[in-house]
Amino acid sequence: MNSGDIAWMLAATALVMFMTPGLALFYGGLVRKKNVLATIMHSFISLGIISILWVLYGYSLAFGTDVGGFVGGLNYLGLKGVGLEAGPYSDTIPHILFAAFQLMFAIITPALITGAFAERMKFKAYLIFTIAWTTLVYFPVCHWVWGGGWLGEMGALDFAGGTVIHINSGVAALACALFLGKRLGYGTNAIAPHNVPMTVLGAGILWFGWFGFNAGSALAANETAAMALFVTQIAAGAGAVAWIIGEWFYQGKPTTLGAASGAVAGLVGITPAAGFVGPMGALVIGIGAGIICYFAVVAKNRLGYDDALDVVGIHGIGGLWGALATGLFATAAIGGVDGLFYGNPGQFGVQALGAVVTIVFSFGVTAAILKVIDLTVGLRATPEEENQGLDLSEHSEVGYTW
Amino acid sequence: MKKVEAIIKPFKLDDVKQALNEMGVTGMTISEVKGYGRQKGHKEIYRGAEYVVDFVPKVKLEIILDDSQVDAVVDIIVKAANTGRIGDGKIFVTPVEQVIRVRTGERGTDAI
Repeated sequence: MNSGDIAWMLAATALVMFMTPGLALFYGGLVRKKNVLATIMHSFISLGIISILWVLYGYSLAFGTDVGGFVGGLNYLGLKGVGLEAGPYSDTIPHILFAAFQLMFAIITPALITGAFAERMKFKAYLIFTIAWTTLVYFPVCHWVWGGGWLGEMGALDFAGGTVIHINSGVAALACALFLGKRLGYGTNAIAPHNVPMTVLGAGILWFGWFGFNAGSALAANETAAMALFVTQIAAGAGAVAWIIGEWFYQGKPTTLGAASGAVAGLVGITPAAGFVGPMGALVIGIGAGIICYFAVVAKNRLGYDDALDVVGIHGIGGLWGALATGLFATAAIGGVDGLFYGNPGQFGVQALGAVVTIVFSFGVTAAILKVIDLTVGLRATPEEENQGLDLSEHSEVGYTW
Repeated sequence: MKKVEAIIKPFKLDDVKQALNEMGVTGMTISEVKGYGRQKGHKEIYRGAEYVVDFVPKVKLEIILDDSQVDAVVDIIVKAANTGRIGDGKIFVTPVEQVIRVRTGERGTDAI
């Protein structure tokens, strides 16, 4: 045990927890005001649902004894044997603290997907979806990379979850957007954000929490954590600047929402690479994320699928860019592994394989889950409920009384 | 009695109110409204998607007057709210059948 490591990981766990309410505000500001609470609720209640799953069986499926490289075993059901002593994943912090830290990642990942089906999904369907998706997609993929599964064994680098969290949720979001269809009036009526300041506040909270997300993924108060924190800041800042420059050239105005979106894109991009790249690598990753994600979002408007809050464009594409870029810019001087630009082209191949398998698995299982829910309880709110707004129709409350 | 209903640019409200106060108009009701006429709306961009917003924010004043004051009040509003550019607004004058002061029950011009 190391008290410095324990102190940092306690703080980092709280920082990552704070990202989910931040995400709630980030998303809440982007919807119309009749759906603000329903949208915030999707993220917020994930803090509750996933905590319960995690204790009962989630931690075990993700981090239990490996079963065929695919999923964790049932040896940690009910967190049996997960306690104060150091666990198999870190010698210097209590096992229960590792489980707490990882829980916060499991909470935010399904919350990220909710941006894709915002403003039109029934709350009951959302609850079933979140439980099923986290169980059937998140826990296995988390195991593949961090729990002793096949991807981690193969040497795929994913420091804080570019593949596990961002590609995974982004691809699930694409399946949701395609399966649920467009919001009523999409493409004909103006469906604009109702509170951009709320979204910018949410982005700020995400940015702040991300230091725990990335630097905490070192699982220790050490040199790697320091570099991970620094590159997180560089990539986020570069992403914000790159996005507004992109839109300034392409559409004539730099927007506040663009700055906030670009910062999040930069954070997504650096997530797998933090701990493996240096500041210059982070700069390139951040700039690339800002530009690539901006054009991915513009492309969505042309392609016409209604990924309401751009989970695909920012988390899916940004996560893919980050996973691949890690295979380019990783340097042994920082994380012990070289990428393509440091003479190790094989790493790029491993990164690409991890991304592709995750994309196929996540899309397929997500589509199957959606199909089953659609045939049983139904996914979409009725047109009347959608027009009225989900705050009233699903929750009997409104965000604003003026 | 007449009702003068004026739709003006929001930033001109203080000028109009001050000018009306100076000529002795002692009360008015305003509301924030949106609408469009010949003035075009504006473009908003959110994450690359462009929206044309047709409805432009305006302020609507409602003032109840004795017939004798109407022309002077209309002239004052036109003068104070004018910028010379499209979108300065419109004024409507309509007859009012009855006015009642809730506190005392007074009716007609005494209640204005």
